[in-house]
Amino acid sequence: MSNSGHISQIDNLTQIRAEFPILHQQVNGKPLVYFDNAASNQKPLSVLNALDHYYRNDHANIHRGIHTLAERATEAYELSRKRTAEFINAAEPEEIIFTSGTTEGLNLVASTYGRKLLKPGDEVLITNMEHHSNIVPWQMLCEEKDLKLKVLPLRDNGEVKWELLDSMLTERTRIVSIVHASNSLGTINPISELSDKVHQAGAILVVDGAQASAHLEIDVQALNCDFYALSSHKMYGPTGVGVLYGKRKWLEKMPPYKGGGEMIKEVTLEKTTYSDIPHKFEAGTPNIADVVAFKTAIEFIDEIGKNTIIQHENKLLNHAHAELEAIDGLRLIGTAAEKVGVVSFVVDGVHHFDLGVMLDTKGIAVRTGHHCTQPLMECYGLEGTVRASFSVYNTIEEVDLLVESLDAIVKKLRN
Amino acid sequence: MKSINHIQDEIIDEFSILEGDLDMCVEYLIELGKKLSPLSDKHRVEDNIVKGCQSKVWLIANFQQGTITFQADSNTMITKGLVSMLVRILSGQNPDDILNSDLYFIHKIGMNRFIGTQRSNGLAAMIKQMKLYALAFMAKEQK
Repeated sequence: MSNSGHISQIDNLTQIRAEFPILHQQVNGKPLVYFDNAASNQKPLSVLNALDHYYRNDHANIHRGIHTLAERATEAYELSRKRTAEFINAAEPEEIIFTSGTTEGLNLVASTYGRKLLKPGDEVLITNMEHHSNIVPWQMLCEEKDLKLKVLPLRDNGEVKWELLDSMLTERTRIVSIVHASNSLGTINPISELSDKVHQAGAILVVDGAQASAHLEIDVQALNCDFYALSSHKMYGPTGVGVLYGKRKWLEKMPPYKGGGEMIKEVTLEKTTYSDIPHKFEAGTPNIADVVAFKTAIEFIDEIGKNTIIQHENKLLNHAHAELEAIDGLRLIGTAAEKVGVVSFVVDGVHHFDLGVMLDTKGIAVRTGHHCTQPLMECYGLEGTVRASFSVYNTIEEVDLLVESLDAIVKKLRN
Repeated sequence: MKSINHIQDEIIDEFSILEGDLDMCVEYLIELGKKLSPLSDKHRVEDNIVKGCQSKVWLIANFQQGTITFQADSNTMITKGLVSMLVRILSGQNPDDILNSDLYFIHKIGMNRFIGTQRSNGLAAMIKQMKLYALAFMAKEQK
């Protein structure tokens, strides 16, 4: 499993869990075990308080007001941008665009960079493990611009067949868009090792970081990607906020995504000139409060430390893998050498839907289905899987409870 | 043939023994599911799939001597249990009664509580499809 940097441990898990009020409840008469973190994880008190504090004390519309509250709100919003830039090591805050989420980030790249700079016959390359958010925007672009969408196939263990990359990169490849960590399989893709090849082929590298951003160290300069999209709600932050990192040279070349207030320099009825980046891409009043509280989510992660989080989640992952495999007929889907804390599995003769409903009756929240990766499921001949995914507040005891409950449920369903 | 409401009341009685215990209700559903005889492969085809269910449901209907016989199946055990209750209530009834039926047992046995909204929607799609069959057979009969 992926371990980088110094080894550290979570000293007091009880203290961390105390930060998450939502975890301390009964669901269906049992203590909640929340293992649906890959879909959205829970929010610590500090983030809830930041939202509350903002609305109680600082709220006004940003950027145009000259009064004190407008100043304060603008400062908080822009501080969040600065903090985000530091968090992913962007060269400058102007390379950070706030979006509604990863989906919007990827659509923005397809609609602006893609529409303006790609020509009929050009190629977009993705992998077979992509989330629908990193497939559909490119399909739409390909249809509109008469481009070709190419797909890198997978190995049985859930890794991409990277040895095929050279042959699939052609002189017509313009965009390579790849998930950093798979939401269905947990597989971590070797982004930094790919960027040289992609750039040598004359293409740009777009990264879907939705699943990676709460679990891996993100350094966009070291990864040498051109765009990186992520979502706040998968990293202890509010819903409705995402980040699109883009290299300045591209952002400046790209046309605006939406038209409206905030993104203009000057408007006459004949012609409009646009703001500089990043405001060019943030038309209208943005999601100010949630962006402000996103900064607190980043601080929550930094306070514990990414290494500590990775270490803890790997411990849960390894334990889950080992214990789950002992269940009769259970097959792990995605056993790549490098994984984030996502465990997908199927059980012979038992439908994932039944498993999900029955786990819910035990208070255990997992996700069942295709996880918005239908082409991936098709590639493995599956309708769906059960997915348990971990966050910093999950415990070994919770994993044991999952395994124990699952074992009993499988026996019951088979009898 | 027992009336639709008579059968519904029987089901409500059966569930009342479980006293709303979620685990037991789900286990009972699974037992019901296991008892429902599976459809043959020739009927488990795309044309017979009820849209709107999170899990797959196949439904077929036959109209003979004024009554409709329903047969259904699902690829998941819990849905099969749900489906089996609908078949038990509505199969063998006449189209008019099916169309005008008020399926209050769903609410009475607290199905909404232990079968989430998305899955209830699937159930609603199944009921809608059964009523559509009733409507179609009724129209055919009146021709």
